[in-house]
Formats: sequence, structure tokens, C-alpha cells
Amino acid sequence: MFHNLQELRHSASLANKVFIQRDYSEGTTCKFQTKFPSELESRIERTLFEDTVKTLNNYYAEAEKIGGQSYLEGCLACATAYLIFLCMETRYEKVLKKIAKYIQEQNEKIYAPRGLLITDPIERGMRVIEISIYEDRGSSGSSSGSSSVSGSTAR
Amino acid sequence: MKNCEYQQIDPRALSVTPLSAQNLGEKKAQSPRRKWEVFPGKNRFFCDGRLILSRQSGVLPLTMGLIVVTCGLFFTFDCPFLVKHLTVFIPVIGGVLFVFVVISLLRTSFTDPGILPRATPDEAADIERQIDTSGSSTYRPPPRTKEILINQQVVKLKYCFTCKMFRPPRTSHCSLCDNCVERFDHHCPWVGNCVGKRNYRFFYSFIISLSFLTSFIFGCVITHITLRSQEGKSLVQAIQESPARYPLCLVICFFSIWSILGLSGFHTYLVASNLTTNEDIKGSWSSKRGAEESENPYTYNSIITNCCVTLCGPMPPSLIDRRGFLPPDEPIPAASASDIELPPFRAKNDANMCTQSTKDVLERVVHSSDFPVLCSPGTPKTTPQVLNVSSRPALTTEPSPSVGCTQQQARQPAATACPPFSRSNKRDSLHSINPAFRLASPSPTLSRTTLILGDAPDTGFNPLH
Repeated sequence: MFHNLQELRHSASLANKVFIQRDYSEGTTCKFQTKFPSELESRIERTLFEDTVKTLNNYYAEAEKIGGQSYLEGCLACATAYLIFLCMETRYEKVLKKIAKYIQEQNEKIYAPRGLLITDPIERGMRVIEISIYEDRGSSGSSSGSSSVSGSTAR
Repeated sequence: MKNCEYQQIDPRALSVTPLSAQNLGEKKAQSPRRKWEVFPGKNRFFCDGRLILSRQSGVLPLTMGLIVVTCGLFFTFDCPFLVKHLTVFIPVIGGVLFVFVVISLLRTSFTDPGILPRATPDEAADIERQIDTSGSSTYRPPPRTKEILINQQVVKLKYCFTCKMFRPPRTSHCSLCDNCVERFDHHCPWVGNCVGKRNYRFFYSFIISLSFLTSFIFGCVITHITLRSQEGKSLVQAIQESPARYPLCLVICFFSIWSILGLSGFHTYLVASNLTTNEDIKGSWSSKRGAEESENPYTYNSIITNCCVTLCGPMPPSLIDRRGFLPPDEPIPAASASDIELPPFRAKNDANMCTQSTKDVLERVVHSSDFPVLCSPGTPKTTPQVLNVSSRPALTTEPSPSVGCTQQQARQPAATACPPFSRSNKRDSLHSINPAFRLASPSPTLSRTTLILGDAPDTGFNPLH
């Protein structure tokens, strides 16, 4: 069992990686498939996983939303010969920061205790959500007594 | 073969010999490298990774030169006359347009067009596994396309052998830059970069503003000549009075107006229908093609919405982390080390990989039924030929391993053999394609190999021809 991310990284060895691919059914907007991969079946509850992916999809939809604010940003940028991008952070970048924080929080609270780690999609070219599955290296490395997780017994 | 392929692209599988360990040690002692320094595409970076340009920058200096020279001539010779006779706003408008054009051009050239980073080895392995499980266990790899539904329209995703991933829709691989670019429009030599999702709006504003600028200058020059000729002198005299600048200015403007106005019109049509040049040229969504009625699944069916989305949509971030630092335990720095080394040295370092891959190739050769008569397995005489042909690279940038690699093996470090393979994705792509095809075609690059390995001692090289 892993208490936190540090323990996960130091005392566990990487067993496998699962890649959640993009869902292109609605076009080129960023959206990930919510299909639950079979490798995670013993590790994490389906609902938790789906919640994470759906929240991420919502964040990306918010970043790529075309509406009043994005048009304003675009027109302002055009009027200033796009120099405004040098000083101002775009809305997309702001949402990406929120996403990074959310993923960090999810890792700490939900995934690390189960021996899993989510990699931010931006580090993989927004193509996949990479979930690393860790195996505990030995009894000495892990601390016991962590709660609730039924799944991390695949040793 | 596929197992070998992933061993090839997985640097952890190879042992590190003392010489390359020394190289790595040197690298670690230096300051941490940024990711742009080991970027696998054919790009050039400036300002420590802030600016990106294609390695084939084409005629960008010419474009800048033409714009600057024409505007310079305009401001020097026409403006004083027109200010006197017309209005002071002429140079003001000209100046504003000129600044806009230059900024748009620089933004288009130096912005990342939407390059997709190549798949990590783990991701590539996962995709390969998925392709395998979906059916084919034959020797020839199955056609690598995936069909998906976008807005009830069937779209085929192609597998990119260089980047080792299924290309997202509207993404295309630019052979000049050796990168997959999202919403790939075209590679513009005038701008020296690909035009893709992230810099299409800059490109569009560049050509629109350039159209206005050239039309404006053309109009002003015509006005200038007309006014001069109205001052009592004939047209011919008016032209003679001015030095040779008029023909130059007029000629440049005249020819560029037609081409640029045409290009602007074409791109306005593309923007309004949410198409890319690539799709338009290929006729991907043309309803005239075949019996199927294929419509553009990306259009919003409204000109204004299409324009707004393409030009004023949210600015996506750059997916290649140019200025990020490489993690210290990343084996990629060895790739840069091998880049700096002389080609003959690197060719010798390919020795281990050469033997590794050719062993597998030989195995397949024995079992394969479509193997041509070229190689009869088991005879040592033909083995060098197999080694030669099988290690045929398609790249001009990297030399292929020599025949004498087995002799060289003991002497040369093996670790740097891996990075060229992790970077020579085209070579991997050849491995992914039917090896029988590879073996069957004698390599035209063998002569090049001879040249490159000319100073390698005792190669025992046996060219096929």
C-alpha cells in the first residue's frame, strides 16, 4: 500500500502502463475515451476512473470552448498584431494549469494509494492519458496500514 | 522483428560500455540540456528554444528582403511626393501595414505550427500490441489504418511510421520537417515553416495584410506617376525623370499582387468552409469523388462560424516542450553525444544494433517464403550482402552500418548504437514494413556508405555493385 506519491516513486517498480486514447467522435476537440481498461479492473473502482476522465474532458471542453470570450481574445490579439500573446496568458493556458492541479490532486488522493499514477496528457502531446501501474518492490519499501483499497494485491 | 524493434527503441535494454559511460559522465557534468536540443524533427531553434523554424527555411530571407526593399523604395521616393500633393496619411497607412505584415510573417515563421511529439516507446509498444491483437499474425504487417466516426462521417486515421502513432484527424506528416503537424495546411517555403493549427491565423493575417500592402503601394505608385504626368509632362517623361526604381517597384508589386490576391482569395474560401489546403488538394471531402457522398465533418455549416473558429478560436498550446529540461537519467543525451561525433565513429557504433537486427532478419529469412533468391542463408559469402542490404537506411543524414561491423564489434562501444535508432525513426519504419521488401531491393545508398565509411579501417566492406 502506498501512502503518498513519494513512496510510490521510491519504493515501487513500474509494472505496466495503460494508455487511454482520444475520442474523436465529436471532431478534433480534445476528449478522452471513458472506456474502462481491463488492466485497471483489479486496481480501482470504475466510477472513480470515469469521474476523473469525465472531469478532464470537461476541463478541455472549457478550454476549447468557442464563444464570446474566445472571440474577444482572438480579435484583440489580431488588433494588436498578436503581440498580446507575449504578455498575456491565453485562456487555454489558464485551464491547463487548472488541469495540472487537478491531476496532482487526484494522484495524491485517489491513484497513488492504489499504486497508480496519472501522467498529464500535455506531456504526451495530448494524445493519451498515461496511467502507470506500480508493483510494490518488497515489504520493506511500503508502509502498511493504509485503508480501504481492495485492489492493490496483485503481487 | 517487432520484439527486436522495441528493443532497439528501448535504450534501457542495451548495455553501457566504458567509453559511452564516460561520454554520459561528461554530459552530466555539464549543465542540463533543454529538450529542443534533442528534438528529433528537422527544425532549427533560436533564442534557447523560444523560436522554431524549419531546417529547410526556404526563401524566408527573400520574402523579408522583397518586402523591406519594396517598402523602402516606396517610403523613400513616393511618399515625399504624395505627402506634398495628397495627404500625410499615406506613409502612416503604409507604415502600419508594413509593421503588421512583418510581425505576421515573423509570427508565422517562428511559431510552432502544432507539431505533435513522437510517441514514447511505451506508447508505441502499446499501439503495436493493439494492432497485433486485432487479427493478423501473418508475416506482412496489416495495413495500418483505423476507421473512426466523426459526426457520423467515416474518417480513416493513418499510422505514422516515423512518429509511431495513429495520426489524429486532420494531422499530416510533413516530410520536409519530419514532423506530424496538427491541422496541417501546407509547408510554405516563403515563410520557412509548416502552416498548421497554431500558426494558421498568423499566416492568414500575413497574406491578407500583404495583399493590402501590395495593392496600396501599387496604387500609390500609379497615383504618383499619374500626378507627375499631369503636371505638364508626358507619362514617358515622368517615368524617365525618376530613376530605375519605378520599374522595379511596379514590377514587384504587379506580379506579387496577382499571386498574393489569388492566394488570399483561396485561403478565404478555405477558412469559410473550414478546410485545409491539404484536404482541398487531396479532395478528401469532395462530393464528386466516387459514389460516396462525403461531407466535411468539421464544418459548422455557417461561414461566419467557420471563420470565427479558425481565426478567432482559442490558441492551443505548444505540445513540444521546447524549453523544458531533460531529466538527468534520460538516455537521450547520449544521442546528442553521438550527433556530435564523426559519422565514421557513429557508423561503427551501430555495430551491435546491426548484428542484432540482422540476426533477426536472418531468422526470418530462413523461415520466410517470399524471400528472394538474393540471399541464400547459411553461406558466409552472402552474409555480408545481407548485412549490407538489411541495414539500408532511407535517410541521407545517417550512414548505414558497415559490413565489417562484426569485426569491429569487440572494439567499439555499443551504447551509442541505440540512440541513432531511437532517433532514426525512418529506419525503424523500414523495419516495420515488410522486411522481405527491404531485402529484395538492393540499396542505392551503398555507394554512399562506401564514401562515408571511407576512412574506417579494415571494414572488409563488400559492396553489392
